[in-house]
Amino acid sequence: MPLKKKIQELKKKREEVQMGGGEKAIEKQLSMGKLTARERIVSLLDRDSFHEYDLFVEHEARDFNMDKKVLHGDGVVIGTGTINDEPIAIFAQDFTVAGGSLGLMHARKITKIMDHALKMRMPLIGINDSGGARIQEGVNSLAGYGEIFFRNTLSSGVIPQISVILGPCAGGAVYSPALTDFVFVVENISKMFITGPEVIKTVLGEEISMEDLGGARVHSEITGNAHFFAVSEKECFEQIEKLLSFIPWNNNMKAPKKEPKLPKAKYNIDNIVPGDAKQPYDIRDVVKAIVDDSDFLEVQELWAQNMVIGFGRINGETCGFVCNQPLVLAGVLDVDSSDKAARFIRYCDAFNIPIITLVDLPGYLPGIDQEHAGVIRHGAKILYAYSEATVPKATVIVRKAYGGGYIAMSSRHLRSDFVFAWPTAEIAVMGPEGAANIIFRKEIMSAEDPEEMRKQKVAEYKEKFANPYVAAARGYVDSVIEPVETRKLLIHAIEVAKNKSISGPKKKHGVPPF
Amino acid sequence: MKSQKKIKAEDTTSVDSEKTTAKYQTLIVHGTKFRTLFNKKYENRKKWSKPNENHILSFIPGTILKVMVKEGQKVSKDTPLLILEAMKMENTLFAPISGKVKKVNVKANDKVPKGTLLIELE
Repeated sequence: MPLKKKIQELKKKREEVQMGGGEKAIEKQLSMGKLTARERIVSLLDRDSFHEYDLFVEHEARDFNMDKKVLHGDGVVIGTGTINDEPIAIFAQDFTVAGGSLGLMHARKITKIMDHALKMRMPLIGINDSGGARIQEGVNSLAGYGEIFFRNTLSSGVIPQISVILGPCAGGAVYSPALTDFVFVVENISKMFITGPEVIKTVLGEEISMEDLGGARVHSEITGNAHFFAVSEKECFEQIEKLLSFIPWNNNMKAPKKEPKLPKAKYNIDNIVPGDAKQPYDIRDVVKAIVDDSDFLEVQELWAQNMVIGFGRINGETCGFVCNQPLVLAGVLDVDSSDKAARFIRYCDAFNIPIITLVDLPGYLPGIDQEHAGVIRHGAKILYAYSEATVPKATVIVRKAYGGGYIAMSSRHLRSDFVFAWPTAEIAVMGPEGAANIIFRKEIMSAEDPEEMRKQKVAEYKEKFANPYVAAARGYVDSVIEPVETRKLLIHAIEVAKNKSISGPKKKHGVPPF
Repeated sequence: MKSQKKIKAEDTTSVDSEKTTAKYQTLIVHGTKFRTLFNKKYENRKKWSKPNENHILSFIPGTILKVMVKEGQKVSKDTPLLILEAMKMENTLFAPISGKVKKVNVKANDKVPKGTLLIELE
């Protein structure tokens, strides 16, 4: 056969396989507002940068007449390419081929690209769109999932792992995204659950739609499984690109430094925080008044909103922000917000991203539901994460910092490297009202006018203790600063901490409360 | 698109937020009243009530396989009351106290969600 003909043959074969499940299946995919696996990859990566591996892989199943079936690429597309000219590895499940179901060779393709990503120290992006295990392949499917989970864990903290849920992701399959660093979801497209509505209905008699059980909004607002919420695949891809602009490519690198920019003038740091600790404001405005170009990428924006986490740059350098949000639940720590902050702190620490903590909280949330939900166990996570983190840590106490909350929020005692406090800071064992009621109980009870005495004692306590100077007198606060000095001092802190090096006692690993 | 996702405040506390109708609430922490917004999860939290040991509840969603007692029947502590099948396991529920069966709310083959009141004792 002449060479030309052989090349023709290859081209034909390629074209055929790249049609995935065929025209009809593609049409169905598009009608659901979804792109095909290859379209998704192409829209996410730099133009013409994608190289596909294992195009001609065929499935292994022999039982149930499966040997007569052709499943192009076995339902998954894998390969490498670039985003902003930096290499990344990617896989995308192809729902048009046997519903993107996972069999032995499908899993082998995924683990091949995962091994590649880890070896080359580049990020891994996984696009999930699959009906789940391929039942006909039996235990081989389970083996496939297990091999994926193991590699997710192995790569954790070495390379960034991003999961994009663009279709169903059900049963055991959900645990791969859950083990990765960031999960992206799209409204009306993403569906994640362990057991679907069908099973729930037949076994339990409870009726619920897929969207209400495990849709994008549920995982963004209620479960906290998702980190970024989008209304279209296009918006989702923009979010991924933005996230990648902030983070380093592996744990031996630093995030890429960008041209420094000043914050936008409309965020006037002197005008955001009300002096009265009982009044709310949006802590994100303070972040935007500090970071370059007021550009703040919030992570898990819709879940546990009493804690704000995300990335911003200080003088061109990526920092992770962990902030109490007085706008929601007065910024208290609770089960979810502790969980949210702790995981983010560990991410930043693993990937050499300095952590900036903005503090304004009344403490832990009181309530039976919180106690019974394990606020002790979950709350401990944040203490552990801060204590363990060895990246540069800077803390700004903006306003109230009471009790256990003060300790937990990157205090000096957990080895924060820099502790700044605004003059509005109130660092105390508890709020003035609560403290006065306990300390002056006798005086208040025995007074002729207890209410008047209470007011007087609260004012007295406030005057004496609700300020940053008591903590500053012990060196727990390094400097009391004007709000307008904050950015300048954070730039200074990052500069000073450039070569920070500390090491703890030798151990295999700790036993964090998770 | 964005505006729908944002937390909304009643006045312009946030530089970016538009004026909206969401109302601030009061959250009391250690005697201090804070003005703030509640999130959905906090608003939907379940009120706690003391468990009533006369009430036999389904501890797991499942199907009633068999009911072994009748209304009015006297039972002693640890008498088997019914079998609840869940996750392919047959679970026998026993009387936590000695007493009389006041009411049986389920029969064989009933599917019950978690926390359903199955039997009342007295």
